[in-house]
Amino acid sequence: MPETTSRERFEQEVLPHLDAAYSLARWLTRNEHDAQDVTQEAFLRAFRFFDGYQGGSLRAWLLTIVRNTCYTWLRHNRPADPGEEFDEEIHSPGSPSVADPELQLLARADQETLRHALEELPEIFREVIVLRELEGMSYKEIADVASISIGTVMSRLARARTRLRDVLCAPQGKES
Amino acid sequence: MSCKLTQSYAPGYLDGELDLLRKIEMEQHLENCADCARELESLRALRVALRRSNLAYSAPAALRGQIVSALRSAAPGEKRERRNAWLAFPVWQWATAFAALVVISVAAWRIVPVLSGASAEQRIAAEVFTSHVRSLQGDHLADVASTDQHTVKPWFDGKLDFSPPVEDLASDGFPLVGGRLDYLEGRGVAALIYRRRQHVINVYVWPGAAGTISARSLAPRQGYNMMEWSRAGFHFWAISDVNPQDLSAFARLLEARISP
Repeated sequence: MPETTSRERFEQEVLPHLDAAYSLARWLTRNEHDAQDVTQEAFLRAFRFFDGYQGGSLRAWLLTIVRNTCYTWLRHNRPADPGEEFDEEIHSPGSPSVADPELQLLARADQETLRHALEELPEIFREVIVLRELEGMSYKEIADVASISIGTVMSRLARARTRLRDVLCAPQGKES
Repeated sequence: MSCKLTQSYAPGYLDGELDLLRKIEMEQHLENCADCARELESLRALRVALRRSNLAYSAPAALRGQIVSALRSAAPGEKRERRNAWLAFPVWQWATAFAALVVISVAAWRIVPVLSGASAEQRIAAEVFTSHVRSLQGDHLADVASTDQHTVKPWFDGKLDFSPPVEDLASDGFPLVGGRLDYLEGRGVAALIYRRRQHVINVYVWPGAAGTISARSLAPRQGYNMMEWSRAGFHFWAISDVNPQDLSAFARLLEARISP
């Protein structure tokens, strides 16, 4: 039986998820260098906890650690960040009545516009969009990563999408 | 289903995560409510746009290297995976080894008082232990380094008042690596050096034994296992940090090679 160290095993099994880890860190920190620091820190933490990994989706397990590392990092390094408390009442979906021109706006939205709109979303909504649309995770996995219920995953995704849609469809209305 | 409910279920509907009942309710509502249908259409368009734009980032090439080297320095004196080692060794083997140890211990406990040489034995054990540890320090291991028994045996000629039996056990996984003069119990003895993987086994040989005593384990000292036997008029003491089973196998092989 070939002997492997737990570091070798970790490198073989966890390192392939580096892109997903970095992408989440990049979206949550919204900064390239911070994302690299956080990702490295998260991998070291993951390595320390690797013995406690109990099976299940390895990527979800890693992203949970990345997410926690991000928020710890953000609390320490960006205390001035208001955290963009989101007033759900103000933004609860009313009856937006979407017109056809908006569909066309969405269809034409370029990458930069979308990127900017997503970066401007409050963290709790940004992360569910990233995990769902960019990483293609199931609701169950998202619930595990973000430590919320599946019902909350659904309601956050609903608000996140509506808000993104509204931002994209409101011309020059992003910074209002 | 109300319009408000529809909106909270829209993501689950889009993502195929609704249960069947809610999915049917949703579809019925969408057929009858143009507003909600349009709303859903726009969310679908948003999703298409998000996926089309490929917004996920890729890690910079340098980051992978940084993480790999950080991991290596985080695990400096890394140990071989313990779990694998345990799995590689079936339970019954451990059980057998344990049973063998119990038998040997009981046998030793019964025999020691009979021989009434306990104090002499302890003295020799202490000397063997000290000599073994000293031999591992610096370049003190072998005076003659050779894997050839026909080189090692003649080397002792003229240095000792006896010619020790020298056997190579390389084919059994215990290669002879050399010999050394040593001093035990106030006399010169031959020390034969064998290896088991990375472990060193010292075998001390000196004459004067009456009769044959089969190899038996002695109480380990600070992680070193010891075995003693007598054969063909020689005393043999073997000591090593190799595991007790290997040392025992080694002693029996060597015993069998030396004709009484």
